Amino acid sequence: MAIDTSNEPKSRVVNIAGLDINIREAGSGKPLVILHRSTGYLQWDNFATKLSDSFHVIYPDLPGFGNSERPDWAREARDLSIVLIELLNVLDLKDVTLVGLGLGGFIATELATMNQERLNNIVLISPAGLKPDEGEILDQMLIEHSEYIRQGLVDSSHFENFFGEEIHPDILDIWEFSRIMTARISWSPYMFNRRLPHLLNIIKVPTLVIFGNSDNVIPYTVGQQFIDSLPDGQLEIIDGAGHLVEWEKPEEISTLIHEHSR
Amino acid sequence: MLIGRFTERPYQDPSSGYFGATGRSIQDLSISNGEYDPQLGSELYNRYLDEQVAAEEAGFDAIMLNEHHSTPFCMGGTVNTEAAILARITDKVKIVINGNVLPIWDDPLWLAEELATIDMISKGRLVTGWVRGTGRESVAHNAPPPFNWERFQEAHDFIIKAWTTPGPFRWEGEHYDFRYVNPWMRPYQNPHPQIMIPGVVSKNTVKWSAEHRYPYLMLATRLEPTKASFDYYREVAHQSGYEAGPQHLGYLFKVHVDETEELAYETGKKFLDGPGNIFLEGSRGTASPVLQNLPGLTDRKNLLPTGEVGFVAASRGRNAADVARDNNANKPDPRNVRGAQTQATLADYDTQLENYTIISGTPKTVLPKIRHVLETLRPGTIFFWDGDGAMTHDDSMRSLRLMGSDVIPAVKEMAKELDLPGSFEIDTKTNEPYNPAPAIAEVAGGGA
Repeated sequence: MAIDTSNEPKSRVVNIAGLDINIREAGSGKPLVILHRSTGYLQWDNFATKLSDSFHVIYPDLPGFGNSERPDWAREARDLSIVLIELLNVLDLKDVTLVGLGLGGFIATELATMNQERLNNIVLISPAGLKPDEGEILDQMLIEHSEYIRQGLVDSSHFENFFGEEIHPDILDIWEFSRIMTARISWSPYMFNRRLPHLLNIIKVPTLVIFGNSDNVIPYTVGQQFIDSLPDGQLEIIDGAGHLVEWEKPEEISTLIHEHSR
Repeated sequence: MLIGRFTERPYQDPSSGYFGATGRSIQDLSISNGEYDPQLGSELYNRYLDEQVAAEEAGFDAIMLNEHHSTPFCMGGTVNTEAAILARITDKVKIVINGNVLPIWDDPLWLAEELATIDMISKGRLVTGWVRGTGRESVAHNAPPPFNWERFQEAHDFIIKAWTTPGPFRWEGEHYDFRYVNPWMRPYQNPHPQIMIPGVVSKNTVKWSAEHRYPYLMLATRLEPTKASFDYYREVAHQSGYEAGPQHLGYLFKVHVDETEELAYETGKKFLDGPGNIFLEGSRGTASPVLQNLPGLTDRKNLLPTGEVGFVAASRGRNAADVARDNNANKPDPRNVRGAQTQATLADYDTQLENYTIISGTPKTVLPKIRHVLETLRPGTIFFWDGDGAMTHDDSMRSLRLMGSDVIPAVKEMAKELDLPGSFEIDTKTNEPYNPAPAIAEVAGGGA
């Protein structure tokens, strides 16, 4: 199945720290910035659509992903966070709701430890970033990428319904490109920063952490690890949800984001 | 011509189920080392060292070792240890390491030290080869695949400098930092051991080798695509301002000789049995496309003609049709292939005998085939790959004896007749007769 571009909003390129960063925007209201997963941005999905009903949604390709230029120098998630802080400055966004998905949650958290002046609140959805006290983060480098994505779903029919039997070469290209950037910033340690837990107490803005308790990619108990160190943290465990919870439960998650952003 | 012998040193465990191809699947990184028997390992390491000594006695110019990690098909995880022992227990042969996996070394200074030590103990017989490694190696030693090629090049530049520039100096590169480079050892050879670069499919590597005027060794690839890949080396050489000759080109191929045709046929079959290299043609194992296609490890679009042969492409997580597609027609994307890809079966044995992927026979029948390979590819360096798969010590020794008495002398004559000088006859850097600077130890009046 090819990528559905029918709902695709306007996109533009902003130069940040010498890098061309591609952003998409839709809706009006308070600004809400989404940081995508390690798999990369695929299309304007139900989740983004629901949020754009009441927010001014800004959805960038992370540096080195999709149509955003690769920072050859970047070696860890924090390097992308620094670029994104400058993106918020250049766009002059205020009272931002920062939504981070998976790796994007890792990057959002790193960002907030460095600068939270433009943030109203943070929503971390099955975020990476912390070494699990129990269990391990599923290693996407040692399995096929389609299998990795299947592992994120509770209902595997969602995979077939979206991607079809034969995955479109454009999607395979996005996956491959995304995997390269993910490996450049997170090959080792994989998907966490040992220093990050010691810095979480810097984050003063309200932070909502969402995990599904059927997450096969990141042990959902990591959610409690975030809460234990965040000064203003709130945990929502979604019963029966997997790692890609915003895909399988877009309404529930967007409602939680609305409530948390007031 | 330089004539060498090679074996992967397989971990042959008759009780494992995959030895003798009894049906158990063997796949990259799929076997727990809980099954590893150190007693057996001990016997095998010593057996293979004995066979390398026997190869020297048979008259080979070189013995070649290789390095792989976390796999039963090659026991050379710490290849420098084997090379160091051989440096002491052999007298004449070149000890060729093809090769150390440069990008997985976080501390290439340590590698520079080990190799210089081996060169000194062997009194200048080390030939050092460097490779980028497969996905298996990057995973096993946790080296970041997207920086594999950059780390290869920087580690190379660093080691050459550490060998040739009196210390101390400081190195601050993109991937390696050293505040004090001043190893208390230097290579015996002046300025350093000859470097040989082996490869299978990466165009980058051939280009880089040709630009550096390093001999390039194709590893058991089929004849026609190998020839085409050698043409690419020559093309880059020409663009770089010199003409490549046989001294720049090497070829590894499977050759077994035996006492009778029947025995040769049956023993040659053992190349396909046992834990063969699932990376190269003729193995009955399966390659994991995931591991051979780690993010950023190799440039998917920049493959040599050898990549169009099915097994090579599969081992890189691609299929041959797709490699061809990049130049030709539209075919399904190989990345949609899920799971392991099956390799050779026993039925392929006869085909391999026909297409020169395996040469097995008596000296009488083997020599014309070797001649055909030499005429087709015109390499100045060749390695016979033998004693592998499920072959026993006896199988290896029968072949070594016949190689010594009947094959090596005849091939030397052929090489003279066909004018195929090796890299120790014609200097690859100058295309002049090989006449290296005297070893530092000899200039100083010490050593040899």
